[in-house]
Amino acid sequence: MDILVVILLVLGLFFFFGGAVGIIRFPDFYSRLHPAGKLDTAGLLFSMAGMALYTAHDLTWGSLLTALKIMMIVVFVFLTSPTATHAIIDAGFTAGLSPWTKDK
Amino acid sequence: MKDIFFYAAIILCLIMVLSLYRAVFGPTILDRLIGVNAIGSKTTALLILIGLLYQRVDMFVDIAIAYAMLNFIAVLAASKYFQKRKGLQDNET
Repeated sequence: MDILVVILLVLGLFFFFGGAVGIIRFPDFYSRLHPAGKLDTAGLLFSMAGMALYTAHDLTWGSLLTALKIMMIVVFVFLTSPTATHAIIDAGFTAGLSPWTKDK
Repeated sequence: MKDIFFYAAIILCLIMVLSLYRAVFGPTILDRLIGVNAIGSKTTALLILIGLLYQRVDMFVDIAIAYAMLNFIAVLAASKYFQKRKGLQDNET
C-alpha cells in the first residue's frame, strides 16, 4: 500500500514539474495556459489520490470521511480549473492580445 | 513514511518557486495571473501534505477546500477586472 502511495505522489510531482517548466518556457500567453490548465489538474489528481489512499488505509469512519473530502477537492478543482483558464483566455482575447507566430 | 511526505513538500515548494518566476517577470498582467493560479493550485496539495506531517489531516482538509475556492474566485474576479482594460498589448515585448 505504501509503495502505491509513493508512486502516486511521485507521479503527481512529475506532472507539477512539467507544468512549471511549461509555464516558464512556452513563448506566448495563449500557449502558456495549456500546461497551466492541464498539468496542474493532472498533478493534483494523482498526488491527492495518493494522500487520500494513505489517509484511508486504517479503515475507520473518520479517516474514510477525510479521504472522501480530499477526493471532493479533486472534483471541485476539475470543475473550476478549466473555468478559470477559460476566463483568463477570454480576458486576453477581449483585450486584443495577438497570438505568437513563428516569424515574430 | 513521514520523511517521504517531508521531501515531497520541499520538492513542491521548489516547483512553486519555478512558477513564481512567471508571476514576477511575466510580460503581461495575464501572465502573472497564470503564475498565481498555478501557485494556488499547488498550495492545496501542499496544505494536505502539511496536514499529513502534523497528523491533523481532518483539520487541514477544510483549509484546503477553502483555499481552492478562494483561488478560483480570485482568478475569476481578476480576469473579469482586466477584461475591461484595453491596451494590454502595449506591455507585450
